[in-house]
Amino acid sequence: MNAASKQAEPAEEPAECDLRHVAGSPGKAVLEAADIRRALTRIAHEILERTKGGDDVVLLGIQTRGVTLARRLADRIADVEGRPVPCGSLDVTMYRDDLRMKPARALGRTELPGEGVDDRIVVLVDDVLFSGRTVRAALDALNDLGRPRAVQLAILVDRGHRELPIRADYVGKNLPTSMRETVRVLLAENDGRDAVLLGPKDSLQGAQ
Amino acid sequence: MKRHLISAADLTRDDALLVLDTAEELAQVADRSIKKLPTLRGRTVVNLFFEDSTRTRISFEAAAKRLSADVINFSAKGSSVSKGESLKDTALTLEAMGADGVVIRHNASGAPHRLAGWVRGSVVNAGDGTHEHPTQALLDAFTMRRRLGDLSGRKVTIVGDVLHSRVARSNVLLLATLGAEVTVVAPPTLLPVAMGDWPCEVSYDLDAVLPKSDAIMMLRVQQERMNAAYFPTVREYSRRYGLDAPRMAQLPEHAIVMHPGPMNRGVEIAAEVADSPRSTIVEQVANGVSVRMAVLYLLLGGSESAIGTPGAGE
Repeated sequence: MNAASKQAEPAEEPAECDLRHVAGSPGKAVLEAADIRRALTRIAHEILERTKGGDDVVLLGIQTRGVTLARRLADRIADVEGRPVPCGSLDVTMYRDDLRMKPARALGRTELPGEGVDDRIVVLVDDVLFSGRTVRAALDALNDLGRPRAVQLAILVDRGHRELPIRADYVGKNLPTSMRETVRVLLAENDGRDAVLLGPKDSLQGAQ
Repeated sequence: MKRHLISAADLTRDDALLVLDTAEELAQVADRSIKKLPTLRGRTVVNLFFEDSTRTRISFEAAAKRLSADVINFSAKGSSVSKGESLKDTALTLEAMGADGVVIRHNASGAPHRLAGWVRGSVVNAGDGTHEHPTQALLDAFTMRRRLGDLSGRKVTIVGDVLHSRVARSNVLLLATLGAEVTVVAPPTLLPVAMGDWPCEVSYDLDAVLPKSDAIMMLRVQQERMNAAYFPTVREYSRRYGLDAPRMAQLPEHAIVMHPGPMNRGVEIAAEVADSPRSTIVEQVANGVSVRMAVLYLLLGGSESAIGTPGAGE
């Protein structure tokens, strides 16, 4: 497996970055700020292309980093098309299938744009696509909030290992990983800087 | 491992804020067309009510149902309790039925504590005698926080029958945890003996406290628990400790008027005060469902409880 060799490399990190929450070796940066910026710009254009101008599009970010990514995508689409795109947040904690395996967690905010989701094209946005269970929970949550015309999925990093028949419509980067690795997305708004880190499971707190 | 909610003192400041923040998110569910979350699917919540109750029982039932739990309602009237079954035997019956959560109201102080030692599920105190009623305190704090913002440094006045009031005790404990300054106002006969332990001020003069209050909570005069003459006449009580329109006018502009219900209109609170825009009495009932959803979710939703006291014997 190529993955085994990947995790061995110690990463060089810029001294000023805030990695307090990352224990031990911080892992290797596979995407830097500029890569993330380009990926999001491309996804924004793909969304506009696929939805023919994005008239009915509502962006819904999955808590917490998905919300940040959804806002960035909304800004980019607004720059290109010259009009705002409705953008909201979705907390899927209450719909997760692994709730009983951990202590009850604090809830994030679910905020739908004023227009709601009925009859719209909802683009769910998240940072990492892994097992697909978070997306399944998001689809269930969406089902209780309204009836979109269509639901699409935009993801910054697809790391594989799906456990459910779910795939993304828009992908920032396909990242082959092993189950012994963890992918961690850092975003300036949440973590002080932009990066996607790949490291051994013990050293990084998993994004999913 | 923490798994019961028996006293407001079981909650640390972080626990209490977690409940209030969770309730804030869950309050949104009430505005949706589908007022239901799948979180407690397959879990059973038993409402064990040995004492009459309208809003608390309905509120817990609505909360559990909105989280998709199965709800079994048990009231002492019409059950084997009227044939002389003891609390312990009732508890063992519930245990055999596999209750994940037991919400208990009992006229004996300490009944939920005893129950917690007999059942495997989480026990939530919904009012025990004159001891505590922690979810009422949480919903009161939630209501105050929504109207007044952060509670630290806020001045809350609790007026009336403190001696018989589980609401007063739970509120004093929780509000102190949240950093509010509490003043209790009551005739000396309606104060418990050991007030020195309570984290609050005591006053006998309502008019002196009113202008400094951000929230005033009127307690019900509990005629059913009064087996002695605690005050000369209802009329005299109402004159000295009741909240009427002239007294409400002495409150600061932003202050709110609260009452846990059921009210004795004309005794501790005048009808015009209860129906005024400063009264949060109806709001408190609506908030009760959100707060109880939060408590049930945090106690039963995960592999172990996120708030409350350690389980007995652990």
